[in-house]
Amino acid sequence: MSAHTDTNTGPLEYRSKEGRMNILGFWIFLGAEVVLFSTLFATYAVLFGRTADAPAPSELFEMPMVLIMTFLLLTSSFTCGIAIHHMRRGSLKGLVVWLIVTLALGLGFLGFEIYEFVHYAHEGASLPSSAFWSAFFVLTGTHGLHVLLGISWAVLILIQLRQRGLTPVTSRKVFVVGLYWHFLDVIWIFIFTSVYLIGMVV
Amino acid sequence: MSELTKRVPKQHIVGFIGSIVLTVLAAWTAVGSNLPVPWIITAIMVLAVIQAFIQLFMFMHMTETDSGKIQAGNMLYGFFIAVVIVAGSIWTMSFGYTHDHGGNSDTEQHEEHMDH
Amino acid sequence: MDLLNFLLEDFFVTGQPLIYGAMVSIVLVSFAIVFVLTYFKKWGWLWREWLTTVDHKKIGIMYIIAALAMLFRGGVDALMMRVQLTLPGMEFLDSQHYNEIFTTHGTIMIIFMAMPFLIGLMNYIVPLQIGARDVAFPFLNALSFWSFAFGALLFNISFVIGGSPDAGWTSYTPMAGANLNPGPAQNYYLMGLQVSGIGTLATGINFIVTILKMRAPGMHMMRMPIFTWSTLITSIIIVFAFPILTVALALMTIDRIFGSHFFTLTGEGMPMMWANLFWLWGHPEVYIVILPAFGIFSEIISTFARKQLFGYKAMVYSMVVIAALSFVVWVHHFFTMGAGGAVNSFFSITTMLIAVPTGVKIFNWLGTMYKGRIRFDTPMLWSLAFIPCFVIGGVTGVMLAMAAADYQYHNTYFLVAHFHYVLIAGTVFGCFAGLTYWYPKMFGHKLNEKIGKISFWFFVIGFNICFFPMYFLGLAGMPRRTYTIEPEWMPLNVTASIGAVLMAIGFVIFVYNIYYSFRYSKRETTGDAWDGRALEWATTTPVPFYNFATLPHIDGSEAFWRLKERGGSTYETDKLKPIHMPSDSGVPFIMMALMFVASFALVWEWITLAIVGLIGVIVCMVIRSFDYDDGFYVSVDEIKRTEEKAREGEQ
Repeated sequence: MSAHTDTNTGPLEYRSKEGRMNILGFWIFLGAEVVLFSTLFATYAVLFGRTADAPAPSELFEMPMVLIMTFLLLTSSFTCGIAIHHMRRGSLKGLVVWLIVTLALGLGFLGFEIYEFVHYAHEGASLPSSAFWSAFFVLTGTHGLHVLLGISWAVLILIQLRQRGLTPVTSRKVFVVGLYWHFLDVIWIFIFTSVYLIGMVV
Repeated sequence: MSELTKRVPKQHIVGFIGSIVLTVLAAWTAVGSNLPVPWIITAIMVLAVIQAFIQLFMFMHMTETDSGKIQAGNMLYGFFIAVVIVAGSIWTMSFGYTHDHGGNSDTEQHEEHMDH
Repeated sequence: MDLLNFLLEDFFVTGQPLIYGAMVSIVLVSFAIVFVLTYFKKWGWLWREWLTTVDHKKIGIMYIIAALAMLFRGGVDALMMRVQLTLPGMEFLDSQHYNEIFTTHGTIMIIFMAMPFLIGLMNYIVPLQIGARDVAFPFLNALSFWSFAFGALLFNISFVIGGSPDAGWTSYTPMAGANLNPGPAQNYYLMGLQVSGIGTLATGINFIVTILKMRAPGMHMMRMPIFTWSTLITSIIIVFAFPILTVALALMTIDRIFGSHFFTLTGEGMPMMWANLFWLWGHPEVYIVILPAFGIFSEIISTFARKQLFGYKAMVYSMVVIAALSFVVWVHHFFTMGAGGAVNSFFSITTMLIAVPTGVKIFNWLGTMYKGRIRFDTPMLWSLAFIPCFVIGGVTGVMLAMAAADYQYHNTYFLVAHFHYVLIAGTVFGCFAGLTYWYPKMFGHKLNEKIGKISFWFFVIGFNICFFPMYFLGLAGMPRRTYTIEPEWMPLNVTASIGAVLMAIGFVIFVYNIYYSFRYSKRETTGDAWDGRALEWATTTPVPFYNFATLPHIDGSEAFWRLKERGGSTYETDKLKPIHMPSDSGVPFIMMALMFVASFALVWEWITLAIVGLIGVIVCMVIRSFDYDDGFYVSVDEIKRTEEKAREGEQ
């Protein structure tokens, strides 16, 4: 449809009809992601306790590390919000700086997650150990993979920001990757709660 | 629009502090409080849902623009389906359906046999 | 030597005369296609006009052609099954081959025939019905099509390379697990569905945004044609159901290739969890393939009864209710698993509830025809035949919904008869009706009415002769998926096989009609072949690539009917403005071809090649991300030239 004829005074990413449709489409995609993760949660819940000969989760889960990971991701979600805020103020520099901080925090999270997986494997809990551990690794691993994807995607968009500056198209892309990032935080909150906390209690 | 002039908007700071507090509260409820397990699970799930809404409203601006209602409806329907999938699967796969897990000794022997 | 051994023993399927025949014909047909394209120098045309297109109309046509090919493949499978089951002790197929054929028949008919056929019709018609110039995300639309096409290709080559999956279209574990079902066959099922599932999800998102955001000015939600409504509801179900399948398939793939224990008997896995996840997707899937058909019948019945659709709002609300209820009935597919009384009772009740909104629609259609001046053209005949046949399927569905009674019907031919009565009478009749109805819009001429009616009668009579006896076979205890029958079931099985042959004749006549009409049918000079009511008929035939030169203002339901009454048009020279259109792209085709390589490698568990293919897919995504091509504008002069040429015949 007619591009960029729809101007209003709102945020840059909503100025074109394409921009608005892309963002709506991405929201709907996030709806699909909710279903994807809830299927993994359902599988995890049904297979809970089926550890066979492998260690039980309560033997392996440790509060300090899980809390650090959670805070890293929560903070990155906050800094991502600040980045978008700077974009809406028209500050390319602020946007880039806060986005890089966000990605650094995301990388930190991934580092901890990889360490955690390796540690569990040493303790005798890996993907093929039992139904429970299969479900654990696939659920948290899928989330980790999404984080990795989010980081790589954001790097691509940082390059485009450098090439083109803030335009309706680049700011729409930043906004969408921002939505993705916050969404991964939402998923993590539920992993933190229903996998780690419940795993430590039951 | 006065929010736009600030370097760090108040809404985001409130959201951030809120999520940190809720996380610590959930962690304490799980390992520090002496509540019965079903209560703990209920409490921390409620805290998680509140946090999810903080992200959706304060960070993701879910209700922004003329598509706001669609976006919110979409996420609500997503949560409805999520509850159906999780609660429905647990209910279906556990209620009255125990013949292959921890049941009588015949079943366990059978399972051992399959291991080899 | 090792390579040769591998090729002869594992890679190619050997030892079946039928499959050797298929191999030879595949090679011959491929050579013929390559030869024709080269001889007539059509490679460039194929690439420019079809493989790289993002035009919703061309994508729709490609979907329909592919779906007809799949209907042929699935139909041949069906005929082979009927031959084997006609007489007791037949030795036409051995049990293994029979297992493979009922598996591919079911999978192909649902995933690669019914869905793409309907999605093809949606693609062509929905943007026209709402007055849009394309879908919201044309690039994504092309990606959807190619993901379906390559997924279908992957699934279909299994029968000559590596062997067909044989665990049924439901692929229950542990039978479909690595222990009992080693080798590539089951992986083909997993990867074929996975690849095409990506595209289906993208289609769902695409149509939701298109319908919500790209309607012509004045077309409120409650003024949309009912087929568009059914597409919207279907898309919503797709978006919320397909991720479940994605996860289920991925989990089984990880089980089989990387040794996890989701659905295994060892490691405390839970085989029935597969069934649970499969049907969590599978039941909404039933509505994904039936709702668009309901939409098609509604359009046709209203047009040929020459009346406005009766109870439009009831129709819309009943679809909304179905969208919600379709997610809470899934356990009725495995009542016999042995869940407790509360679980089975709950799902029994929800299943009966969902019959209510479906029943409402029947009365809508009857009400529409009441006191209408009905024309009996072929599309209307399909729609009329649909109603009683579908009611038979629906009523037997309610019988199956009673959990206690289901213990008797479960896994018998009663079930087979039931779901063929809903899926063929609903979806297949709907596809034939829709294709015949919109054919003049797509190709500029009608399908021949006389041949169309002959094909209709063969197919519908054959359908009832084939499937009605199966209810009684089921009650007589004949189990589904059996490869050989008992003597006492012979008479009804012979009857069913005769019906199947009549259906096949009906299909062949339908296809012949496409050829015959292409040669001899009168060309359409106006865009309005059937005295239609919705906006798709307002365009010229053939439809210009930008669909509408100018968009009419919509002031009520049945947009085109009102337009005709007041003498409006979609070509108002004083309102012409340059039209923005998206550019074609070869990326979707190449990306999905690489995805095909990756998933083919995964089928054979060649991990290195799979990673290489996946990297190729990622490279395509990066290229797309850096592509800032914004499309192009069609000038007013070009619009004028196109419209004058298209409207020559009208005066």
